[in-house]
Amino acid sequence: MLKIFTMLANLVVYDWLGMEKGRHLTEALHFFIEDTTKIFFLLTVIIFFVSIIRSFFTPERTRRFLSGKKLFLGNILAAMLGVVTPFCSCSACPLFIGFVESGIPLGVTFSFLISSPMVNEVALVLLFGLFGWKIAGLYLISGLLVAIVAGIVIGKLNLERYVQDYVWQIRMGEVQEAVMSWRERIEYARGYVKDILRRIWPYVLGGIGVGALIHGYVPEDFLLRYAGPGNPLAVPIAVLIGVPLYSNAAGVIPVVQAVMSKGLPLGTTLAFMMAVTALSLPEATILTQVLKKELLIIFFGTVSVAIILVGYLFNFILS
Amino acid sequence: MKIEILGPGCARCQQLAKNAEEAAKALGIPCELVKVTDMAKIVGYGVMATPGIVVDGKLKGSGKLFTVDEIKGFLAG
Repeated sequence: MLKIFTMLANLVVYDWLGMEKGRHLTEALHFFIEDTTKIFFLLTVIIFFVSIIRSFFTPERTRRFLSGKKLFLGNILAAMLGVVTPFCSCSACPLFIGFVESGIPLGVTFSFLISSPMVNEVALVLLFGLFGWKIAGLYLISGLLVAIVAGIVIGKLNLERYVQDYVWQIRMGEVQEAVMSWRERIEYARGYVKDILRRIWPYVLGGIGVGALIHGYVPEDFLLRYAGPGNPLAVPIAVLIGVPLYSNAAGVIPVVQAVMSKGLPLGTTLAFMMAVTALSLPEATILTQVLKKELLIIFFGTVSVAIILVGYLFNFILS
Repeated sequence: MKIEILGPGCARCQQLAKNAEEAAKALGIPCELVKVTDMAKIVGYGVMATPGIVVDGKLKGSGKLFTVDEIKGFLAG
């Protein structure tokens, strides 16, 4: 079905503009037209349906469902719920407080906090549209795995004393939950699509633009020389570069797709994208309100190590 | 009328504050707009997803960037 966007780009570039096949500019423009139309179409349609699903998974409901769940099973459920529960990093603190206040173990809470931004719908749509369903699936599964394992590790370390003390004193207010009608769900989904598109469209266009230039102009084996399987440090370096790029998954993924086509191994690519979505400095700053420095460092360290291991694992399996 | 915007000051919270101001102006209701960033207070209202909006001490909604029209509804009823 997505062939229609290749056909559209063919039509515009080769027929209407009459550009010559195989030239740098032609290929770059073709890539740009195909990918922008495809990605905006997918973002609109998929985020709409994801939002409808999400309207059934409010944070309050997730919290009620997870309270009283033990380590392991709780971590698995939390990581999976992290995918469907709406979340933005500015809500990380109230959500954290709400979770621990209702008796959800710290490790389970972290599994949720890790998977929710990492396995988000924008990243998955872009991965599906640009890399195909296999890599999107790999990302989903390894993202869940990182969230589950890192959460279990943090849970096992008994770090409750490194949560800011006031957090344990807070009493959560009660809200009566409004039951949404189908009309309201559709309205909510439409609003959500608009909100997301308005925020990310410049990044998507910019990312695809840079990706198009890379596709058209960078030599095929360029990255193999620097970041290929021969460089054992490529994975941790990719993770380090990914941290400051946060909240720009939309802009980064198209560039990464272009870069991968120039020889970046899949494991390194996945690790990089996970670092972009899961490890963010702004989120770390926000979380200092509820976590003491030690716990924040352990949190970031554990997630980084897990992501790096995923990178090595896929590079190893696929080489 | 007192409108409180709950949130740590992210882009969505600021936009919500703007929308709330516009809604109040459109209805001609004099109001005091307060941005609440204190976590204990935010959670005290039962909010886990920011931004949230509180009118005269009552939580009207959270986790969403409410439109001007929606906020008009909150202020009216």
